Amino acid sequence: MAFDAPTFSSKDAVVCRGVGKTWAAGTRRAHEALREIDLDVAPGEFVVFLGPSGCGKSTLLYLIAGLEDATDGTVWSFSDKVEAPSPERSLIFQETSLFPWLTVWENVSFGLSIRGASKAERRLVAEEALHRVGLKAAMEKRPDELSGGMRQRVAVARALAMRPKVLLMDEPFAALDVQTRARMQDFLLDVWRQSGASVLFVTHHIDEAVALADRVVVFTSRPGRIKTIVPIDLPRPRNLFSREAEALRIQLTDLLRDEVDRAFAEQEALSATA
Amino acid sequence: MAVVAPPDVSSGVAAAGASRPAAVVRLFATMAGESLAAKILWTCLSVGLFAGLWELCWFFGWADPKLLPPPHIFLGSIVDQGKFFNTATRWQVGKSMTDGPSAFESVMVTIGATTMRVFSGLAIASVLGVGVGVLIRYNALFDKLVLPTITLLSPVSPIAWLPVAIFIFGIGNGPAIFMVVVALFFHMVLATVTQIDGVAPNLINVARTMGASKRQIYGRVIVPAILPGMLAVLRMNLFGAWMVVLIAESTGVGYGMGQVIMLARNTFNPSLVFFTIAVIGVLGFSFDWLLRQAQRRILYWLPDTKEKLRGL
Repeated sequence: MAFDAPTFSSKDAVVCRGVGKTWAAGTRRAHEALREIDLDVAPGEFVVFLGPSGCGKSTLLYLIAGLEDATDGTVWSFSDKVEAPSPERSLIFQETSLFPWLTVWENVSFGLSIRGASKAERRLVAEEALHRVGLKAAMEKRPDELSGGMRQRVAVARALAMRPKVLLMDEPFAALDVQTRARMQDFLLDVWRQSGASVLFVTHHIDEAVALADRVVVFTSRPGRIKTIVPIDLPRPRNLFSREAEALRIQLTDLLRDEVDRAFAEQEALSATA
Repeated sequence: MAVVAPPDVSSGVAAAGASRPAAVVRLFATMAGESLAAKILWTCLSVGLFAGLWELCWFFGWADPKLLPPPHIFLGSIVDQGKFFNTATRWQVGKSMTDGPSAFESVMVTIGATTMRVFSGLAIASVLGVGVGVLIRYNALFDKLVLPTITLLSPVSPIAWLPVAIFIFGIGNGPAIFMVVVALFFHMVLATVTQIDGVAPNLINVARTMGASKRQIYGRVIVPAILPGMLAVLRMNLFGAWMVVLIAESTGVGYGMGQVIMLARNTFNPSLVFFTIAVIGVLGFSFDWLLRQAQRRILYWLPDTKEKLRGL
């Protein structure tokens, strides 16, 4: 599919048209990760990508970040074609991605030092960003002195310091324990409300999707396509024990189960032929 | 916080003088800890054990003192052996054996000369090796042009380079330093490339999303990220340099530890061989210790994992 002219509102935070990605294209190891993704994300919207492991939802995030090039189709962000990474689209990873040789505040202001900002300015911005994630007291600490949850908060602060318009999060809370994850979700919603940025959040946790999303994009298993988009119309702050929340969880579980079953069947077929 | 001193310490001099066991207990307490004193004690014990076994072999007549002289013999004759060091200034035409520097001075001059060659070679090899390694990953054309040749040359033994060293540099410091450089350079290039390939992709991706240029990514992410690994490589190469420098010196250089070993071989002097080995061991150990201290200062962000391994 080809789109010569954008057929969408240029104000949209992220627009994907016919996006596909094939890894190692043209070789014998080639495998298709994503196919024909069409997606619009409004400014300030919270969108969760939900799907079985290996369905390409993280790949889509990397394409939107500009870290990888799409094999097919095009990604736009605020009417600019995405061709390279940009500070406007910050990416937060599952594993700790803090620089271990820098202090917390130096980590947070890393992007500013790339731009050549003065130390005073960097400190000021770092202080403000860390204040927003409740870690101002840990400014002078090193990443290995912090817990997993604190490190991810620093990573969020580092992303916020760039004042991004789009926050891309690749299973950021997957490595955390259940209690910490629930706290981090509340924290993220606060940050999101204050910053006004769009959030694209990858997870395979249905509970997390229902707790966070305005819309949940459900992916099929390999190659990843958009199976359906489920709007979560629960008022915020959300009561996750309500009947409506439970109904949504059941709906999403059913949608996912088909895909997981299909992925398993494929894997069994593969191992049978091998 | 109140400090309650253990009784054997609080009683001080009186206890130390009065009871032997208290001193022994204190010694064991020190050795159980992780202090510098404990490390020194354990090092002495380790070396002492080795020397003791050797002395025992001599005592029972298993080790012929003419071939394998135990430590008390080869260390006892330092003054005699010293005259074989610094042969360049000692054995000059028109000078008698008794002229020139004292035995101690000769040993020091020789040690200084060899150490200088080791560190010159190590420094040149490190700067060139890391520089070329980074350049290989930085520039794809340079990678394609240079890496195959480097990989081809890296298994060549330094011995094979010896004639080349003499052809190009003649005799003196030149060939010795060249030998150290050539023995380390190729490995350091390959080690640097391997280290760069091992940098966590997320660290690079973070810098990329923040708009860092290629140069900034190399300078601010890749170089600090590979520093721990590179310092470990440097430590290994320090030992490598000590090994190679002896080969280089055994040929054409006027004086140096390698020259002393060759002299000992030619004059059938096992005491001199073992004395030189002991000196090299002490030097290598000391410089490795210094490098480890430097490593700890430079890599302030790395946690100490040795403790965890001890619990296994």
